[in-house]
Amino acid sequence: MQTYFPNLRNNPAAAWIATFVVAALLIALPFAFGLLGNAWVRALAFALLYIMLALGLNIVVGFAGLLDLGYIAFYAVGAYMYALLASPHLASQFAWIAQTFPTGLHSSIWFVIPLGAGIAALFGILLGAPVLKLRGDYLAIVTLGFGEIIRIFLNNLNAPLNITNGPQGITLIDPVRIAGVNFGRPQNLFGIELPSVYLYYYLFLVLTIITIVICVRLQDSRLGRAWMAIREDEIAAKAMGINVRNVKLLAFALGATFGGVSGAMFSAFQGFVSPESFVLGESIIVLSMVVLGGLGHVPGVVLGAVLLALFPEVLRHTVQPVQTMLFGKVIVEAEVLRMMLYGLAMVFIMLYRPKGIWPAPEHGVNPSSRAGKVEAA
Amino acid sequence: MADVVLRVTGVNKRFGGLQALSDVGIQIERGQIYGLIGPNGAGKTTFFNVITGLYAPDSGTFELDGKPYSPHEVHRVAAAGIARTFQNIRLFPDMTALENVMVGRHVRTKATALGAILRTRATVREESAIKQRSLELLDYVGIRKYADYQARTLAYGDQRRLEIARALATEPKLLALDEPAAGMNATEKLALRELLVAISRDGVTILLIEHDVKLVMGLCDRVTVLDYGKMIAMGNPADVQRDPAVIEAYLGGGHASVAAKAQPA
Amino acid sequence: MDTFLQQVINGLVLGSMYSLIALGYTMVYGILNLINFAHGDVLTVGALTSLTTTLLLQAMFPGMPGWVVLLGGLLAAIPVCVTLSLVIERVAYRPLRNAPRLAPLITAIGVSIVLQTIAMLVWGRNFLTYPQLIPNHPINIGGATVTLTKVAVITLSALVMIGLMLLVNRTRLGRAMRATAENPRVASLMGVNPNFVIAATFAIGAALAALAGVMLATTYGVAHFYMGFLPGLKAFTAAVLGGIGNVPGAMIGGLLLGLIEALGAGYIGQLTGGVFGSNYQDVFAFLILVGVLIFRPSGLLGERVADRA
Repeated sequence: MQTYFPNLRNNPAAAWIATFVVAALLIALPFAFGLLGNAWVRALAFALLYIMLALGLNIVVGFAGLLDLGYIAFYAVGAYMYALLASPHLASQFAWIAQTFPTGLHSSIWFVIPLGAGIAALFGILLGAPVLKLRGDYLAIVTLGFGEIIRIFLNNLNAPLNITNGPQGITLIDPVRIAGVNFGRPQNLFGIELPSVYLYYYLFLVLTIITIVICVRLQDSRLGRAWMAIREDEIAAKAMGINVRNVKLLAFALGATFGGVSGAMFSAFQGFVSPESFVLGESIIVLSMVVLGGLGHVPGVVLGAVLLALFPEVLRHTVQPVQTMLFGKVIVEAEVLRMMLYGLAMVFIMLYRPKGIWPAPEHGVNPSSRAGKVEAA
Repeated sequence: MADVVLRVTGVNKRFGGLQALSDVGIQIERGQIYGLIGPNGAGKTTFFNVITGLYAPDSGTFELDGKPYSPHEVHRVAAAGIARTFQNIRLFPDMTALENVMVGRHVRTKATALGAILRTRATVREESAIKQRSLELLDYVGIRKYADYQARTLAYGDQRRLEIARALATEPKLLALDEPAAGMNATEKLALRELLVAISRDGVTILLIEHDVKLVMGLCDRVTVLDYGKMIAMGNPADVQRDPAVIEAYLGGGHASVAAKAQPA
Repeated sequence: MDTFLQQVINGLVLGSMYSLIALGYTMVYGILNLINFAHGDVLTVGALTSLTTTLLLQAMFPGMPGWVVLLGGLLAAIPVCVTLSLVIERVAYRPLRNAPRLAPLITAIGVSIVLQTIAMLVWGRNFLTYPQLIPNHPINIGGATVTLTKVAVITLSALVMIGLMLLVNRTRLGRAMRATAENPRVASLMGVNPNFVIAATFAIGAALAALAGVMLATTYGVAHFYMGFLPGLKAFTAAVLGGIGNVPGAMIGGLLLGLIEALGAGYIGQLTGGVFGSNYQDVFAFLILVGVLIFRPSGLLGERVADRA
């Protein structure tokens, strides 16, 4: 952050004002978008979930340099974990659960978030441990394989014991409840009626900000340096005493926790989960947010996530009506157009701006980029 | 009883059809500057890689500071106390010089992810100490003014110094340098020599692979000569220099008498 | 419950197709160290092109015998796939030959997505029926039923693979390909034009993919815009299983994977006491993929590469 706003460090007053302005904008955002319809606020809430996912994947791919093509598996783990612990499904399948929990399975968010983080981290370690010694593209393919294996299991664990309810998914998932406030119902705050989706937006906003802070702090720490060292030269890193294997595992586990927590939130928000939400395509979308945004660069990744999450909404609301207006019917569906533009974007960005649209600024001083003038400190 | 920092015996290493090392050993006393020399391909870097854990030996015993150590995991060897530099300089090119040295402090510090996230007082204090010590080391090797420069923009000689600073940051019992003077001109070599003397005087034991015979002779307390993976001579530099087997290895047969007459006093 | 022989034959049919696709992956990886993610989608385009062509031929020449129509479809698919593959190589991969590993991988994924959407636009989203062009009365061999299609797939694949081995080992182009795979710079010093060799590699791979696509569509009677994804991924597994970069390895890997999948799907119910059924078939390929890469990344026929500092 220092690189962008050096004057803020020296001017605390300016820093506070800037923070208030940004905070006010973020708080007002759903009201502005709400004018266009609640669907847009929903899109904003999903965009926040994507930001968290992208930041989590950024730890793995951007900070530690490990290409993970199966990241969505952690999202799935978190989502299904919450779904199982906060819906009538398990009670309806297993009599002993129904007996132990006569009022049904309900879980408080204070319990679910740490649990989701923990289970996802565990999966991260289980999946990461055997594959960390693999080279770049092999690691990518193996993680892709893992992601698909998890999805197939989620899709098929409905017999002989119905755990995940297969392709139909799990429904009637509890909304989030904090301090008696039910996020699934509109609430009245200072006389303003806030629809449920606004509440989720604010919740996700808080979580996203926490995520960003965690990422920035990790980046500038002993661990962040170790990740960067591994990325630059793994053997030299080892020679400096860094336990490369454990540090990589830590990246996997930490990245996974972000996925797990956002998965649990997704589950509560949508009220319903099915394996369809966790296909390979989703892993690729999150990866493209990281890569297109600016690999390893937190602001870039946030921007990439926002653009790629909101862009389809924009498309949906413009492309189809325009085509109907011009041609009388929709020739190219928004969904198809969105995918095509995605693919093209990936190709073009790799060809022309491989570091992303907002890459990290040059790290440290590079005298050759300062018109030959060498500065003495 | 001499205070031995590194004692290695009976190292054998075979790569397919090539016996790279045959029964090689070394014994370095605390505070010594020990040289490992020999013609190209003699096995010096291979031996280095074995004792620092990069290659697994076929056999050998390894003791650091009297305690056996296992040369099988590079990071454990570094944690035990052997720090090394590389023949082809392996810095972290896109990190600044300061950050490179700070990475060197990793193994002697312990801040965790949780500490970083919560920004505990202990973590903040440790970070500050890391930065402080790293700046001191940069100063020690003479490149303090390049602290915020990307490592790959540094001049060649400064990059070598940076690599040494980074290795020193790990608080090693033994500093192992793989051809630190390679590619340097006479002036740079002199400066390097001064640095190494200072390091030795400050209590760090040094093991050195070098090609520059003059540098080695003027700097090292003891020297081992390798040729074709075998030790052919060991002792103080002056004696080794006159050893006919050594001369033959470097210059080929028939030069022994000529070289013997040309020795400096 | 199919007999053991039946499973084996099914496995060989599946495996032959996997081999053809795997060859494309392995040859490209051998030369460029690139996983051509778009390979499966080239297959899709080939299959769908042949579908359109066969429907067209059937409409224009109602009396034409089935196998001629099929041949026509294949002959239309091959040039389309080859051209497509060459364009992709030239536009998306060649500029990134010296880029860090991540870039061509992302680009390949992007190309794959673009191809899928093009297929979606041209042929729609639905599953399309592939016409039955080869008479399919069952032939009985030792208790197992085989159709002419299956025999054709196995035989044709075998012939093509023999042809490819001859090409790689006995011709000048084959020598050039092997040399470039080993060391492109030295090969170019010997007068080999790397761009030409790379283009030829992509072209051959694409032709094989077109053939495999037609075989898939004919065997299962269906074609759609996403049909190449899973076979492509499995064929990649087969290539890794055999040793990525190794041509005979891809052939063996493909056949082996097909057999494991067929036999596994057939017997998994019995083996696990009904807990896991054949709906877990796809998991086999992924488990093999993960297992091979973890325990023996060089594959069955690949070289063990020691890790040197």
